[in-house]
Amino acid sequence: MEKYVSNIFFAVILVAGIGYFVMNVRKLIRNIKLGKDVDRSDRKPERWKNMAKIALGQYKMVRRPVSGILHVVVYVGFILINMEVLEIVIDGLFGTHRIFSKPLGSFYGFLIGNFEVLAFLVLVAVIIFWFRRNIEKVKRFWNKEMEGWPKNDGNIILYFEIVLMTLFLVMNATDTHFQEAGMGNVISQFIAPWFDGYSTEALHTIERTAWWLHIIGILAFLNYLYYSKHLHILLAFPNTYFANLKPKGQLTNLESVTNEVKMMMDPDADPYAMPADGAEEEVPEKFGASDVTDLNWVQLMNSYTCTECGRCTSSCPANLTGKKLSPRKIMMDTRDRLEEVGKNIDANEGEFKPDGKQLLDDYISREELWACTSCNACVQECPIGIDPLSIIMDMRRYLVMEESAAPQELNMMMTNIENNGAPWQYSQMDRLNWKDE
Amino acid sequence: MNVPTMADMMAQGKQPEVLFWVGAAGSYDDRAKKITRSFVKILHQANVDFAVLGTEESSTGDAAKRAGNEFLFQMQAMTNIEILNAYEVKTIVTCDPHSFNTFKNEYPSLGGNYKVYHHTQYINKLIADGRLTIEGENLKGKRLTYHDPCYLGRANDVYETPRDLIRRLGVKPTEMKRHKSTALCCGAGGAQMFKEPEKGDLDINVLRTKDALETNPEIIATGCPYCNTMMTDGVKFHLKEDQIVVKDIAELIAEANNL
Repeated sequence: MEKYVSNIFFAVILVAGIGYFVMNVRKLIRNIKLGKDVDRSDRKPERWKNMAKIALGQYKMVRRPVSGILHVVVYVGFILINMEVLEIVIDGLFGTHRIFSKPLGSFYGFLIGNFEVLAFLVLVAVIIFWFRRNIEKVKRFWNKEMEGWPKNDGNIILYFEIVLMTLFLVMNATDTHFQEAGMGNVISQFIAPWFDGYSTEALHTIERTAWWLHIIGILAFLNYLYYSKHLHILLAFPNTYFANLKPKGQLTNLESVTNEVKMMMDPDADPYAMPADGAEEEVPEKFGASDVTDLNWVQLMNSYTCTECGRCTSSCPANLTGKKLSPRKIMMDTRDRLEEVGKNIDANEGEFKPDGKQLLDDYISREELWACTSCNACVQECPIGIDPLSIIMDMRRYLVMEESAAPQELNMMMTNIENNGAPWQYSQMDRLNWKDE
Repeated sequence: MNVPTMADMMAQGKQPEVLFWVGAAGSYDDRAKKITRSFVKILHQANVDFAVLGTEESSTGDAAKRAGNEFLFQMQAMTNIEILNAYEVKTIVTCDPHSFNTFKNEYPSLGGNYKVYHHTQYINKLIADGRLTIEGENLKGKRLTYHDPCYLGRANDVYETPRDLIRRLGVKPTEMKRHKSTALCCGAGGAQMFKEPEKGDLDINVLRTKDALETNPEIIATGCPYCNTMMTDGVKFHLKEDQIVVKDIAELIAEANNL
């Protein structure tokens, strides 16, 4: 029995680690589904293509070459090195050691050799990332919304990666059989001499410790994702698949408004008609969005996908000129409020209990919303297809159509359009005067 | 200027090949009216059989929509669509990227289906069809930089057409560091044109004009009446109005062709 203690222990942490993650993923999906329906089931080939190009292919990352190329290194490293996890899991469950080394032969050495090179490159890239955030202080990591937790979160991710990659290399360096075989120890052979003079037992202990910490670290990282901005490593795929495919300039036409406008313009409509049966109890649909549940599920998924890189904010004309608006903050606020709503539901047995708060005002201020020029720079810049503009527009719709709370000058502009068909106070009869001037 | 209206045309039992949608700025704004007249001169030179709606034209509703007033937008859109469809309009050209965008993308699902051209696209088509040529001598060698209007560029991915026209002018074009999909907004979009900017430390048009000034231009070209206003104000802010002119591509073509 004692023989199997470590196998059992391994199985337990594996199941617990994956189980807890799955539980959070289900919560995540439930929260996203709190959003309104929007149909993104069309143009499937194009959607797959986008996912392949933008998420898998990192196509938009390299628009900014330095951070883009470093990111590709970490991304490729992350995916490939994690193939090693399969071996770790099998070894852990069955008490084997490097189960694939025999059947794969020299190919195993080739694989591990590549993983080692990648691990080293990831380590270098992550250290540069840390340097850019903390020493070089790249501006987009120092906007106001990054104070406190978001800033720490970004660094914690980097520390995680540094530790995991180091453990992987140390594990290989202290594996005496692996070093003696001399196959695939491309990087670790240079670390191995650091441990010269250690007894075989000590080496074995270090190797085992590194091995255990590595797998525990991976499971911890997996579970950290839900609480961090780092969910993009998973959500980038559905997010790019379900992203808007229409021209960026096209805003949706609200159907509920269309129905009312058609009624108003229909000369045969009877304004005194009795409402249809049951219509009295119907709550009229709210126009626009004042809270996360007024947004659609793609917008909510967007908020979980955002990794707070700030490319949007660093290209936003309003933000660049010192206005309060930051498209990244719009996404962070949406996610924070959605998490709050989700926790409220958890605490109240699956029912949301009104908490006197909403996305508007409690998270996103009116000043931010009115600073937007709808220029689409944020949408263009997002490397994984997030659309902050659509949220801003939905919230403006709420402000104007539910609260009549547009800035005074905009009210004047709209009154002019209603009265004389132009945003300025000119007579419609003067529309053609230019031809004779 | 000879500018027939759809009503005139209908009275004569004629159907023009294209409707020129002038837009509010092009109709009322003194600076933008010059763009309108330049474009009409080009249409005349190319013998295009066009008409305008004249006093029957009304706001597209775009600014109201971007301000959040979907009701007003759809009221405007449906009223316009009724008129356009009554005249059996098939093709629309406009000098305003905002009108272009809303006609092209937002009118169809409300029942307004038209072939929509921005004036730079239409001029390009006239050249491709052999109906118009650009002589290009007047502006030869001038240093020019082109500002991408958001609603033409990012909103609808039209980046090359205006540049194709600029290349025909014989000018020396230089790109700003932010151009095409990374171009900075002039500050007028999203109904900002009609309000004071929110609190900040700089006006957007001042920043954008600075981008342009870095290329040391004699001409800042654009394809939008609102961008034109913002860039003109920006040039004034930087006290460069004696050295730099802000011109619409239609005006430059009219100038090149001595119209």
